[in-house]
Amino acid sequence: MKKPYYFLLLLSVFTLLGTSAYKAADGGYQVGDTASDFKLKNVNGQLISLRDQKEAKGFIVTFTCNTCPYAKLYEDRLIQLHQKYAAKGYPVIAINPNDVTVSPDDSYAQMQKRSKDKNFPFVYLYDETQEVAKKYGATRTPHVYILTRSGQDLKVSYIGAIDDNSGDPTKVQKRYVEAALDNLLTGKAVPQASTKAIGCTIKWRNNS
Amino acid sequence: MKNSAFMSLRRILCLCFVMVGFLLTGSAVAQTQKVPMVKLPHLQKYLNSTSDTTYIINFWATWCKPCIEELPNFEALQKQYAGQPVQVVLVSMDFAKDLEKKVVPFVTRHKLQSRVFLLDEPDQNAWIDLVDPSWSGAIPATLFVNNARKQRLFVEKPITLAQLQDYMTSKFSKTP
Repeated sequence: MKKPYYFLLLLSVFTLLGTSAYKAADGGYQVGDTASDFKLKNVNGQLISLRDQKEAKGFIVTFTCNTCPYAKLYEDRLIQLHQKYAAKGYPVIAINPNDVTVSPDDSYAQMQKRSKDKNFPFVYLYDETQEVAKKYGATRTPHVYILTRSGQDLKVSYIGAIDDNSGDPTKVQKRYVEAALDNLLTGKAVPQASTKAIGCTIKWRNNS
Repeated sequence: MKNSAFMSLRRILCLCFVMVGFLLTGSAVAQTQKVPMVKLPHLQKYLNSTSDTTYIINFWATWCKPCIEELPNFEALQKQYAGQPVQVVLVSMDFAKDLEKKVVPFVTRHKLQSRVFLLDEPDQNAWIDLVDPSWSGAIPATLFVNNARKQRLFVEKPITLAQLQDYMTSKFSKTP
């Protein structure tokens, strides 16, 4: 009776180890995973973490930057998303993960300028060490992760694109992020929890 | 008064000649490579080709800095494998509206010799997985494929010429 029990225990430990090893190698979250919190500097100098924002039901975490044409094409749409969903409990959390030595115009000072010029209503955080982007598994800008609060945890509810037409907002057919949020807000499952889109590769530090 | 008007007319005429001259040379150079705008089935012809050819399908855009930095590597590889069943295909992710404004001038200026086309499929989620399920959508990205030999490699990051040559000899050798 004892042996199978130990065997099962060992098996589950190995499975867990295997899963985490796989994830580290694969780099990043899948839908359904628990996301970890972070502490990053906003353009106003303030350190922001997700757990501090007790009133939020979740977050529209978006890896973006100052320089990528695709990211720029989505700035106005990100502003609209924040204006529509922050009041409903899902603010936009914009994060710039690009390395300043590889992409000088993605510096903190340029982020401050961009945020001011575009009058961003959301926080714009600097992932200087690129650790948050790596942990999340972000590969491109823009790259969205919708997180939903579940007790003390943050669950990944959606990963992917904002909509299906980066070039022309008037020709958008599918608003993936809005559809996900509308379902989450009414307690329903997200119909399309993972999508892909062309974007600029994140500018990783050369030695990493 | 009349004389100065005549002079300025002459100046305008001169300017016109110069401009026409520029346009003519410009169009003569532009004919070196046409860049067709295509839909998904055109790309799928390469993805699903059963001929014994190794296709190196690189996804790039004129606005993507790491992409345009690695383009010379693909050009060099195509030159190196001239006359062999190896075909570099450069798939531009630029928007359709930028074909004449940005892509054609870029291809002309850099005298690209590899095959280039612009894929006009804005709903990217519908086809990214068809290229490779592991592709997140970041560019540059490159698929090496030879279906006849069941050889395949997908790389979602910039590639150096040395790496390209290494992939070609280690993964796409003619005697597997």
